[in-house]
Amino acid sequence: MSVKLGVPSKGRLMEKTFDWFGQRGVQLGRAGSEREYAGFVQGVENVDLVLLSAGEIPRELAAGRIHLGVTGTDLVREKLGGWQSQVAELAELGFGHADLILAVPQAWVDVSNLDDLDAAAAAFRLTHGFRLRIATKYHRLVREFLRDNGVADYQLVDSQGATEGTVKNETAEAIADITSTGDTLRANHLKVLDDGLMLQSQATLFRSRMANLDGADSTTLANLLHKLGLTG
Amino acid sequence: MPKRAAIRAEAARLRAVFEARGAVVVETPVLQPAEVLLDLYGEDIRARAYVTSDALRGEQMLRPDFTVPVVQMHMEHGAEPARYTYAGEVFRRQEDDASRTNEYTQVGYELFERDAPDTADAEVFSLIYNILKPLGLRAATGDIGILTAAVNGLNTTQRRKQALMRHIWRPNRFRALIERFSGRAPVPASRLALLSDADPMAGATPLIGVRGPGEIQSRINALREDHAADPIAAEEVERIDAILSVRGTCPDALMRLRDIAGDMPSIAPAVQRLAQRLAALEALGIDPDNLEFEATYGRTQMEYYDGFVFGFYAENQPDLPAIASGGRYDALTRRLGQGREIPAVGGVIRPGLVLGLGGLT
Repeated sequence: MSVKLGVPSKGRLMEKTFDWFGQRGVQLGRAGSEREYAGFVQGVENVDLVLLSAGEIPRELAAGRIHLGVTGTDLVREKLGGWQSQVAELAELGFGHADLILAVPQAWVDVSNLDDLDAAAAAFRLTHGFRLRIATKYHRLVREFLRDNGVADYQLVDSQGATEGTVKNETAEAIADITSTGDTLRANHLKVLDDGLMLQSQATLFRSRMANLDGADSTTLANLLHKLGLTG
Repeated sequence: MPKRAAIRAEAARLRAVFEARGAVVVETPVLQPAEVLLDLYGEDIRARAYVTSDALRGEQMLRPDFTVPVVQMHMEHGAEPARYTYAGEVFRRQEDDASRTNEYTQVGYELFERDAPDTADAEVFSLIYNILKPLGLRAATGDIGILTAAVNGLNTTQRRKQALMRHIWRPNRFRALIERFSGRAPVPASRLALLSDADPMAGATPLIGVRGPGEIQSRINALREDHAADPIAAEEVERIDAILSVRGTCPDALMRLRDIAGDMPSIAPAVQRLAQRLAALEALGIDPDNLEFEATYGRTQMEYYDGFVFGFYAENQPDLPAIASGGRYDALTRRLGQGREIPAVGGVIRPGLVLGLGGLT
């Protein structure tokens, strides 16, 4: 048996994850060609690297098919109901920072906060006969946030990409998306509500609470976490 | 956990009890058009109901309750007065707590009756009360109509009243609005900046999206009007708070509410209805002294109820949900009736929970 570590399979997230482990004496890398999704682990025995899409890592952790996984807090909270009972946060890795925010057109000078958004949504529904549309791919997080803040008369419309463009294209009136610098928002004439920060996310190492650990794997995991300077 | 077949048999037995009281047995489809439920409850319903879809009918929901389809059916072709009963599964999506059940059986009784709301309230409550008597449950009651009467009677602008009415079922937002309308919460800096700007629309560029400049301007006008209006007086806020804190046996609560109505005549008719309901219950052999009343009861979970509300709870098992619950939903018939309306009250029993507590025989 072995301990399985899930890591994003491409791009900056993968490289930064490799760097983070490397700085702690655990070398991760891809085996074979650029295109082959296989990897190696050096510096600790019996750990397998599993390269996955960052979006699938929460599900794999919850299913117990990997013991450890690196992914964004936003993805874990969006995809796993009662996430604390399925995974544990071991370490924030200090990169992959992204804020999940709620944004409206800059031209809405009358809307600065959730209070305003709620009132504008009520009026919008009366005027247009449908509920104000918020484009997002983070359905659960946005719905919970708006419910906790008592915002009503909105609807979520699914947007898996180019979300900032939906307002101009008239398929949504507001958006909820992740942003790191806000440049794309400004370029699309959108502004973040004063109290529109829903979640600050970053790349995080999670441990599955669902994965089986036999005696040997339990020792392997303890060794790995010790090497990483973590307690698990 | 009782077996499915036993729950089904108990549901049939309870439905027969309602039928014997003159209710017509009705069936409703399990799949409901999502549109209607989304219109009523907004996006929140997606967290509580299973949504599915096909390419022909679009989004549909596994029925989260029977009340909406029964009301629709009645509004289409019901005679008056009407009594209906039904039994079947409802489906509740669970996102956070895997221990809560996502499918269970309900048996219900709904009464559409125009002339004697107090007697109708008492009829539904006492029927369920008598059925559940062997379980020795705690009965909780409330009345959303008293709070709405208080809001409607506030000495403030129509717009503020509408905003408060819209959030009656969201206590936190309701409280935030009260704080702001009464001047207890500071006006946000962004709002002050907007109000002091002689030409705020100058900044409203570039205009993108469906929400147009007329809508932005009209909200600015509304904000200016609101800013110029007097705050809701401290005494009025205190009276709202006094209503929200009423809790006790029904006769004690009635006495307390009558006191408050002395300073707040707008709630007097609603309080009078409570008194008449208690009299109607007493006439059916239910002692109001044994009934609890809580003014905030039903305010967070039962959003289509707008008058009398009730629930039955197992005192030795506080983690169990209500074994039975119900209330009055006049406004729901108005919203689903497309111009027509009829006062209505109803309740449901969960036979699975009844059996889990040892059953009724």
